[in-house]
Amino acid sequence: MTKGITVEHLMKSFGSTLVLDDVSLSVKPGEFVTIVGASGCGKSTLLRILAGLETADAGLIACDGRSIEGPGVERAMVFQDYSLFPWLTVMGNVLFSRRLAANAYDNLALERGAEEARAQKLLSIVGLSKVKDAYPSQLSGGMRQRVAIARALMSKPALLLMDEPFGALDAQTREVMQDLVLEVVREEGTTIVFVTHDVEEAIYLGSRVVLMAPYPGRIDFIYEVPFPRERDIAMRLSAPFLDLKRRIMSRVRDTVAMSFDGADQNSQGLSA
Amino acid sequence: MKTPRAQDADSSAPTASPLRKRAKLWSIRGQLAGQTYFFIACIGIALPFLAWIALNSSGTVPRVFMPTPVAVIERFITWVSDEGFGTDFWISISRVSLGFLASLALALPLGLLSGTFKPAEALLEPAMDFVRYMPAVAFVPLMLLWCGVGEGSKIAVIFVGTFFQMLLMFADDVRRVPMQQIEAAQTMGATRREIVYRVIFPSAAPAMLTTCRITLGWAWTYLVVAEMVAANSGIGYAILKAQRFLATDKIFAGLIVIGLIGLVQDQILRALHTVLFPYLKGR
Repeated sequence: MTKGITVEHLMKSFGSTLVLDDVSLSVKPGEFVTIVGASGCGKSTLLRILAGLETADAGLIACDGRSIEGPGVERAMVFQDYSLFPWLTVMGNVLFSRRLAANAYDNLALERGAEEARAQKLLSIVGLSKVKDAYPSQLSGGMRQRVAIARALMSKPALLLMDEPFGALDAQTREVMQDLVLEVVREEGTTIVFVTHDVEEAIYLGSRVVLMAPYPGRIDFIYEVPFPRERDIAMRLSAPFLDLKRRIMSRVRDTVAMSFDGADQNSQGLSA
Repeated sequence: MKTPRAQDADSSAPTASPLRKRAKLWSIRGQLAGQTYFFIACIGIALPFLAWIALNSSGTVPRVFMPTPVAVIERFITWVSDEGFGTDFWISISRVSLGFLASLALALPLGLLSGTFKPAEALLEPAMDFVRYMPAVAFVPLMLLWCGVGEGSKIAVIFVGTFFQMLLMFADDVRRVPMQQIEAAQTMGATRREIVYRVIFPSAAPAMLTTCRITLGWAWTYLVVAEMVAANSGIGYAILKAQRFLATDKIFAGLIVIGLIGLVQDQILRALHTVLFPYLKGR
């Protein structure tokens, strides 16, 4: 059995638009892979297929050797916004998955008390122990995303999918949240696939950065990030970091320029 | 909260204070202190009454058509003491409640289904759209034929007047549940059933209560229609009978009573909203 995520020759179209064209990618257990790319490159669609929220037209996708047919407990997802349940408190949101039938007989076999303890632990990792009885409407955008992360981790997923989770946050909060995610990885050892439009965020968090190109969506290049697992703020200003950032950003621009030639053909195809 | 612009105005134009105050009261989407709001609301309610009194004392309108407020209050007291107001009141309340609850009991599950599953929507909504454009009032003769002159026909008219709209509005409330909430539950392993009961229903519940508040108002309209056509009790019937005897004062009393019931009912449902959904505070 192959551990981790395997994606082979994935194809996906919406109507006559080809969104993913022959995408192959493998993610090892415990790895942190970030995906960047211009809009229309299919990065969110790829993530949603991994989550089981969309189905592929062709190709193979598997998590720990099992083919992905639909959403599953072992693949949790953090959305950009509006995914918290406003009628539940912070604690209620984190415990939500434990009240579902699918999780009642899982391998963790957590008792009620242990459940609460795990929720408490996750809330303390994300720094929300003090507001566990608050409702989402009483929290800031950054705090809401912390709750979403704790909630996604509650059932110890093998894979955590994050779809531009900090896209709606201000720059300062975003930096704090990035360090928080690294902290979560240290504590929980979760495999993460993280979609973002922010190249700096992608390099700072990922051990590999997957660059996708638009029209049709495909993998353009995979960059190895030449930094150890432990990251700190100083790295953001180091020469190798800035060099990699410059290379990726200019490549993103190139892929967009290329797509203009391709887009012509594409629109002709649509009108025909 | 003060905007930077408001502060600028403070420092640059200290003499313009009365003007600025008025601008604040009438600022677009502005706020109003609770007391001020209450005061203005009282003016709004008092004005029509003052106009009524003025019209009476001017003597241009005969008393038969326009009784004085005092006459209306006196007539209301006799209605309570001698003419069975209590019976009229309770029978009307129970008709509205039964008709409304019957609507609710059917529209709630069907609205949930219709807003959640496309085949249910296709089966129900085009048909409902067709029926809801038929005026409920036009169903009264049919309901009389089918249900007789008893309680059944009044409840049926209220049901026809509210059910179709309620179903479509519930379905819309359900469709406004953010997809992210549903998908988050899916990625946590929730079944379709669990998503309906644990996500969609609680998420749509506040909007659904508002829908109930709106349709309950319509239920009263159809009640009065039903009571005027075929009944021998109830507030609507009392108003109709009063017209036959040229008892304008009782018509006025009946209208005001219905208005007051609506007002009280609305306040109760608003209070229920804040009690049931405390998490909406501060939004």
